[in-house]
Amino acid sequence: MSDEPVISLRGVRAELGARLVLRGIDLTVRRGEVVALLGANGSGKSTAVRTVIGQVPVTAGEVELFGTPRRRFRDWSRVGYVPQRTTAAGGVPATVTEVVSAGRLSRARFGVLRKADHEAVRRALDLVGMADRAKDSVNALSGGQHQRVLIARALAAEPELLIMDEPMAGVDLASQEVLAETLERQVASGTTVLLVLHELGPLEPLIDRAVVLRDGCVLHDGPPPKAVGQHALPGHDHVHPHDTSGAEPIRTGLLS
Amino acid sequence: MDILNYAFMQRALLAAVLVGVTAPAIGIYLVQRRQALMGDGIGHVAMTGVGLGFLLSWSPVWMATLVSVLGAVLMELIRWYGRTRGDIALAMLFYGGMAGGVMFINLAPGGSNANLTSYLFGSLSTVSESDVTAICLLAAFVVLVTLGLRRQLFAVSQDEEFARVTGLPVRALNLLTAVTAAVTVTVAMRVVGLLLVSALMVVPVAAAQQLSRSFAATFAVAVAIGVAVTLGGTVTSYYQDVPPGATIVLLTIGAFIVLTALAAPLARRRARAAADADPAECRVPAGRAAGDEVGI
Repeated sequence: MSDEPVISLRGVRAELGARLVLRGIDLTVRRGEVVALLGANGSGKSTAVRTVIGQVPVTAGEVELFGTPRRRFRDWSRVGYVPQRTTAAGGVPATVTEVVSAGRLSRARFGVLRKADHEAVRRALDLVGMADRAKDSVNALSGGQHQRVLIARALAAEPELLIMDEPMAGVDLASQEVLAETLERQVASGTTVLLVLHELGPLEPLIDRAVVLRDGCVLHDGPPPKAVGQHALPGHDHVHPHDTSGAEPIRTGLLS
Repeated sequence: MDILNYAFMQRALLAAVLVGVTAPAIGIYLVQRRQALMGDGIGHVAMTGVGLGFLLSWSPVWMATLVSVLGAVLMELIRWYGRTRGDIALAMLFYGGMAGGVMFINLAPGGSNANLTSYLFGSLSTVSESDVTAICLLAAFVVLVTLGLRRQLFAVSQDEEFARVTGLPVRALNLLTAVTAAVTVTVAMRVVGLLLVSALMVVPVAAAQQLSRSFAATFAVAVAIGVAVTLGGTVTSYYQDVPPGATIVLLTIGAFIVLTALAAPLARRRARAAADADPAECRVPAGRAAGDEVGI
């Protein structure tokens, strides 16, 4: 049972519009593993993650979650998801607690939150160091704090599997460290993690395995590549735009 | 209070209050998902329903409900499948709905655009017994959905992608939101008219946002504003002989302006309180020492 893969993608192909984004990728994440999905912009890493949660339909291949085909999977409280976002805000003001409480709905029957649910929401806010901002509007938060709120929302259901799409994008250094610590504690308590990352950054020590995509194909599946040169400097933030033509997209030092 | 002695005014006030509650209650979810103009679109489509009602000699209110529900479902389907040219498809639906209404009403025996006017701009004083029954039933449905499913609707309207991963039936909830909005449009049709319906769905929410920090408070304040302006507008129109629909909408916009003016000093006070909580001087970020070399 413990050997059963938490996530299993076999020969997955997916299209966005008329463009073939995934050309048959295999990806297995076992219980307790921390796997980073790396690659240049447009390499299909976000799409791969979104086939796992059913946001992008698969045109061929199989996706399984906890050994169940994705179509029949209903046990969503085991999965915590952090979408790629720069903001947690919608068109109407909402407090940090209101946003994070939405993450608990997968465990609440008929959408009724009980005392234990409210406590879980508070614990999740504690984990990301946002408990003191619980009653504030999310509109008043910085980019890094938004990301912490989105992660607390995923943690509110106390999931066994965390799927995060670029959790470090647009996050200030102080928040990056809080996030790395939060993730470290989750991993220590046995949570399985699949991360989409642009670069390894402060999460590097946590990562067991890296899968690198290029043009919708798996290019590398193994130990995380070491950062070199400037990219290895502490606090190096990878913000320059990438050439999407794919001419030289892997010059990030990831594979050298 | 001689206003309450007339049966037609009692009906008008009841209908107005129900619209004041229901329009902002569903409108807040439309604003949250940044579809503030959806009410307007449904209003256009409902005109075809009114026209068909006249043509077939059926109740225009129920016919408008049926057609606008179908229209709202169609809009939701277009949003799923026709991502690329969705806006054009919606435009076709809106203008087709309006043109259909004008066409059908003129085809109806003895029908002319004059019949349409009371639905376009509301006709509060001619609300009948059977209208009131229909409005009460439809309003009960809207309140049940918007309050009973508030956590689910909040989650779906805030972040659809995330809501899917919490196992919520996202498509069903989206359809329910669209249908509820369509029902609200027909509830409000007799009071403010199809062309002004959207104002009561959106403007009270926008006004409430000026003051509130939470979704729950925005909801409560928006409904309070909705009830205040619909009652105020109805009473004003009785004493001053002005059209109630337009009065209600102008009062709502007035409320928005007043609350926006009030909000500025409040925001300054909150900003000061937040500044007191944060240190004013610069600090080296945690994880970096002052002597660190920082590569650029």
